[in-house]
Amino acid sequence: MINVIWAEMRKLRRPTLLLSTMAIVTLLTSLFTFLTFWRVGNPKGNGRRGEIVTAQFLSTPHGLVYGFSIVAFLLGIVALCIFASQTAQEYTYGTLRNLLVRQPARMKILGGKYIAMTLFAVLMSLLSLISSIVVAYLLAPHAHVSTSAWTTSAGISLLGSAFGNVLLSVMGFGTVGMILGLLFRSPISAIATGVIWFLILENILAGLLTGTAKWLPGQNLTNLTTTQNFTFSYQHSLIMDLIYLVGAGAIVSLLFKRRDVAN
Amino acid sequence: MNQGLEEAISVTDLTKVYGERTAVSHATFTVPLGKVCGFVGPNGSGKTTTIRMLLGLISPTGGTGTVLGESITHPERYLPRVGAMIEGPAFYPALSGRENLRVLASLGGFDQSIVDPLLERVGLGDRGASKFKTYSLGMKQRLGIAASLLPSPKLLVLDEPTNGLDPNGIHEVRSLLKDLAADGTSVFVSSHLLSEIEMIADHLVMLRQGKVLYNGRTADLLSAQQPILITKPEYAVDLTKLVEIIKKSGHEVSVIDGAAHVLSPAEWSATLNRSAFEAGITLASLTSVLPTLEETFFEMTGDSE
Repeated sequence: MINVIWAEMRKLRRPTLLLSTMAIVTLLTSLFTFLTFWRVGNPKGNGRRGEIVTAQFLSTPHGLVYGFSIVAFLLGIVALCIFASQTAQEYTYGTLRNLLVRQPARMKILGGKYIAMTLFAVLMSLLSLISSIVVAYLLAPHAHVSTSAWTTSAGISLLGSAFGNVLLSVMGFGTVGMILGLLFRSPISAIATGVIWFLILENILAGLLTGTAKWLPGQNLTNLTTTQNFTFSYQHSLIMDLIYLVGAGAIVSLLFKRRDVAN
Repeated sequence: MNQGLEEAISVTDLTKVYGERTAVSHATFTVPLGKVCGFVGPNGSGKTTTIRMLLGLISPTGGTGTVLGESITHPERYLPRVGAMIEGPAFYPALSGRENLRVLASLGGFDQSIVDPLLERVGLGDRGASKFKTYSLGMKQRLGIAASLLPSPKLLVLDEPTNGLDPNGIHEVRSLLKDLAADGTSVFVSSHLLSEIEMIADHLVMLRQGKVLYNGRTADLLSAQQPILITKPEYAVDLTKLVEIIKKSGHEVSVIDGAAHVLSPAEWSATLNRSAFEAGITLASLTSVLPTLEETFFEMTGDSE
């Protein structure tokens, strides 16, 4: 398995992919954190979905990770795209046959790829967290936000749990991407399906049909990173996501293991 | 080389059915160890499907087989000793040739230090840092061959390795395969360039519509074919008369490019020469040749192209 991870890391570290992804993630997180602090208390809204975030709220331990948590969904979409393209490209380039000749244990290929992409997602999330913290500290004086609560034990604990939850959500979106990549065997189809579902269809369904949100995978993945706007619990979301991802993951893994590689 | 093992590949009744279409039907053949074995057949005859079954990429519908003494149901037992290039070279376009090889070396657990010598060996030493997408077809093919050599294979399986190569490249691949076989590597090579296969293959597996038409030594196949006498009269006007003489003697004859092609053993050439002389025809040339592999192939497969 370790050989598969190293091989996959070689593909993931190519500058065009690694640097551009990290740059986008840093820019997005910095921008959202900047807007939250720069427009603090603005009646037109400065937070998620137009909510008004005050200096008082940002002075609590939540202030340190607010910028990071509001980009969690975008990080998830980036992870979905990367996991989907890295998986499906093996079919479109025809490179899967090379991989399977060098490593015939198909589950090792799948496991190694997943671990390598998860490490990529960890790096991406870590960079996002760091850029959020840096911008928050830089703009705290401007926004009249006190940072003293950020370094308390409660602040550090919240930092850890926020990172863990965002990472869980990002990995969830990434896993969906990998599942779609294996299913469609085409990066474009996999990414388009994932993005359209999470960005458009889920929101339409949740808006039109009352009570459906708690059964939708994307809504539950987003709920892992925030306690606001959702009527269902964190535990519910965790269990729902586990059921969806483990179920769908098992089905596509079985398909990958059994399916002929004829392209 | 495995002790006691005589065959690099051995399959019996190997079959692959897709829906109502039978891609490979009860194929039975062997590939000897340490030899170059050609795998020939028209497009769609099942060559690539057979190769994919041997490499564990697709599951056979029926039949059994062994590669390097191990059952094809357990490819993990023999693939570490097998190098392969299937249906052309497939690599990551955004990675360099060197990085592509390093990905596969990492995957197979091979030492990274073998990558540069391999690039040199296939003539890509100075282009290893270039992205794969900038390579010409010939360069891509060379990289594919380099990738197949990563495991220092006991068995090399190559699907159309000379596609896109210039004459010099084809000559280099031919030499490379001969050198590998001389070092004890078994080479199983499919190609539509039958003249190439004839030059390098000691052994031959011929496929048509998923069925094996011939499996054995190339020399045996060619020597079993009836030789052809090619003769040309000094004056073209005598050709018709010459053909009449040949037909009267009971031999099959056809006229190709102003020469009579006669199906007959070489020994009959003296008789033909004498008969022509007695009829007042001077022969400008009289040569006995064995049919080429291409001619034999067309005759056996019934294809005219």
